[in-house]
Amino acid sequence: MKCLVPLLAGWLLALSCACAQENSPDAMIRKITEEVLSVVRQDKDIQGGDTEKAIRLVEAKVLPHFDFQRMTALAMGREWRKATAEQQKRLADEFRTLLVRTYSNALTGYKDEAVSYKQTRMQPNDTEATVRSEIAQPGGKPIRLDYSVEKQPDGWKVYDVIVTGVSLVTNYRDTFAQEVRAHGVDGLIKMLSDKNRQLEAGKK
Amino acid sequence: MKRPGVKRCAAALATCAAMAGPAGCVAADNPGDPFEGFNRVMFSVNEGIDVVVKPVAQGYDAIVPGPVRTGIGNFFGNIADVWTAVNNLLQGKITEGASDTARVLVNSTMGIVGLIDVASHLGLEKHTEDFGQTLGKWGVGEGPYLYWPIVGPSNVRDTIGFAADMSADPIQYIHDVRVRNSLDGVRLIDARASLLPTDKVIEAAAFDKYSYIRNAYFQMRRDAVYDGDPPPLEDDEDDGEENEK
Repeated sequence: MKCLVPLLAGWLLALSCACAQENSPDAMIRKITEEVLSVVRQDKDIQGGDTEKAIRLVEAKVLPHFDFQRMTALAMGREWRKATAEQQKRLADEFRTLLVRTYSNALTGYKDEAVSYKQTRMQPNDTEATVRSEIAQPGGKPIRLDYSVEKQPDGWKVYDVIVTGVSLVTNYRDTFAQEVRAHGVDGLIKMLSDKNRQLEAGKK
Repeated sequence: MKRPGVKRCAAALATCAAMAGPAGCVAADNPGDPFEGFNRVMFSVNEGIDVVVKPVAQGYDAIVPGPVRTGIGNFFGNIADVWTAVNNLLQGKITEGASDTARVLVNSTMGIVGLIDVASHLGLEKHTEDFGQTLGKWGVGEGPYLYWPIVGPSNVRDTIGFAADMSADPIQYIHDVRVRNSLDGVRLIDARASLLPTDKVIEAAAFDKYSYIRNAYFQMRRDAVYDGDPPPLEDDEDDGEENEK
């Protein structure tokens, strides 16, 4: 029974390699994750909680693969349409800064846990997919980390990150909607930029 | 123990009254949270308790070596697996229930009273099911959101589920009070310690910690009831993109 396990693992690996073509969303997520984590594994500053350094890493490696316009639209729901093109750009810029910091903060908590990827089920012509991965937790159930991706002219772009079922984007929806209703779109822009400035000043 | 709690309540209420403006306690009109006033008071009570619990958890996290942490997590995980098996069976998931039962048998014996998770290495995947999820599967609605001290975020359905979970928890039936309290204490601290990395993320991400946790709890439990594959909410369809086409 036990000797079957490595055999099975080898077979699964071969299978996943055959399917994970270079342009698949699986390959993209895997490549970014491995690139980022290999840096974190060797960087004592990031491991020690240096968020600013983690932010620079995320900006260089992760940011180009995210669609912040769509993320912001998703976070705002129907309120997004109340914003002018100019306001939408400012909203997306501020929300990007906040999400990059959140993501970077999470990275500083990484302690060399193993990450595994599940084969994404999709048809060749699909333009949307969910890439699923898991982070092993010693002594506990693995943390599920899913990415919603959309095919765009210049490749697959992430528009949502979902941790054990919690979308880090739509989690803001009621807060954002409430702010827009109370103080308008400019109120939300101000709320986001105030938050970013406060975090920037705290530098933690 | 009671006095500071009461004081905090009063303080929270005073703050509420003082800032009954936009950022105040009654600002939200979330239909899933009609008891928001009460919940926010409980939330601040819990934040008060955490002032004591968190440093203990941090100490535990710093002192206890990794392999021991894993062993402790596995030990309580093995006890939880019994109830997970029962709940999977109650939800009609026979394969999962059988697999969880096998996990308990393997880990309690080969895994030395659950300290080593042998079953996962054999490919028996770990699940976590509680009675709140079972009720959800049976079609019981969540009811209003509720926030409890120590227990944290919940709702009416999950509070009933939690009461059932506790009554099925073998640790609560240990007669020796010291042993029982020690096990409860270690389990609480271990659980709190495993949340430490999340603290920093939430502090940075949230505009209002209370509602951030509430929304996350809602999403998380929905995901858990549907075993990681919840149907989309009507609200999710409207991602604000239509106007660009």
